[in-house]
Amino acid sequence: MSFVLKPTSFLKLKAALLPWCWVLSLLAFGYGIYLALYASPPDYQQHEAVRMMYVHVPTAWLAMGIYGFMAVMNLAGFVWRNLLAFFIAKAAAPVGLTFNILCIVTGSLWGKPMWGAWWVWDARLTSITILAFLYLGYIILIDSFEDQDHGLKMGALLSLMGVVNLPIIKWSVTWWNTLHQPASVFRLGGPTIHKAMLLPLGVMAIAFTAFAVAMILMRTDLELLSRRVRVLNFDRIRKHLQ
Amino acid sequence: MWLSGSLYLIFDGLRDNLVFFYSPTDLQEKKIQPHQKIRVGGMVKPDSLVWGANQKVSFVLTDYTTEIRVDYEGIPPDLFREGQGAVAEGFLLPSNSFKAMTVLAKHDEKYMPAQLSQTIDRHHGQATLKED
Repeated sequence: MSFVLKPTSFLKLKAALLPWCWVLSLLAFGYGIYLALYASPPDYQQHEAVRMMYVHVPTAWLAMGIYGFMAVMNLAGFVWRNLLAFFIAKAAAPVGLTFNILCIVTGSLWGKPMWGAWWVWDARLTSITILAFLYLGYIILIDSFEDQDHGLKMGALLSLMGVVNLPIIKWSVTWWNTLHQPASVFRLGGPTIHKAMLLPLGVMAIAFTAFAVAMILMRTDLELLSRRVRVLNFDRIRKHLQ
Repeated sequence: MWLSGSLYLIFDGLRDNLVFFYSPTDLQEKKIQPHQKIRVGGMVKPDSLVWGANQKVSFVLTDYTTEIRVDYEGIPPDLFREGQGAVAEGFLLPSNSFKAMTVLAKHDEKYMPAQLSQTIDRHHGQATLKED
């Protein structure tokens, strides 16, 4: 695992992976949008409104998945004393937050016609909102210290404590009475979505995920570059002062 | 540390509120008093829906153990119908019926093409096509 966590090996990985992420993302969005908006059936009870699922569900998966990824990276940073792992987490957070917000917005737009409410404070919606605040808290915290590396570690601790929210989100619809319906895909007994709708959902999930990976790769690269610029600036100032 | 502590406190304090609605059985067991603003949820009992004048509608919510009659004045959401889930927000009346200020539709986790559902209905001998 640690061979990846060196800046030089990361940059090689990024150079190799990034073009494929774009290709996969573009192809998957092309096919996915065609399926989602045209070549898939309306639902027996939601009719055409079901098509919101093809955006809302992948963004929900990514909001949670990126948070989990971020926590794993932060844990790796502590365990292997590796700063790059913290950089990757820092790069991932705004991407995850964006998907979290998209999930909430698309969910709200879907909820009004289906449930009759733009928003309810049931356990599912409340816990996904808390996730957004965890993301936000992390993003703000890491930049609240003079020593940037210390900030990354404090943020890492926050993100690790927030991991408890992930199973809460997942099982909120089982543990408590909620307006949001129970799981349709990741459940014992298999999906309760007909395969004609499972296909567009899967393709769109791949499309969004490839896009997220591309974003995280680029943002990590940016973080490495920005650190190099800071070090070079310090050197320049130091030489100037000598 | 403080975060997990506060998360725990939040969820524990919200525990009753985290339950977005009570079932009809909960209403009895928890001895909910009349005129307390609460939500009750369950399945709309088939053949219990009655439309009155002036947007008045009444129906029965059931959790297959207990039933409660709900009266609502207004237009329920599109997905609201018999045999499907609903959540009513309002308060219990002393007469043990429920006066709803808001009615929400709760749909299940099944997704199925519209035509497939029509085929299933035909095979089950139902004469009416599901409205599309």
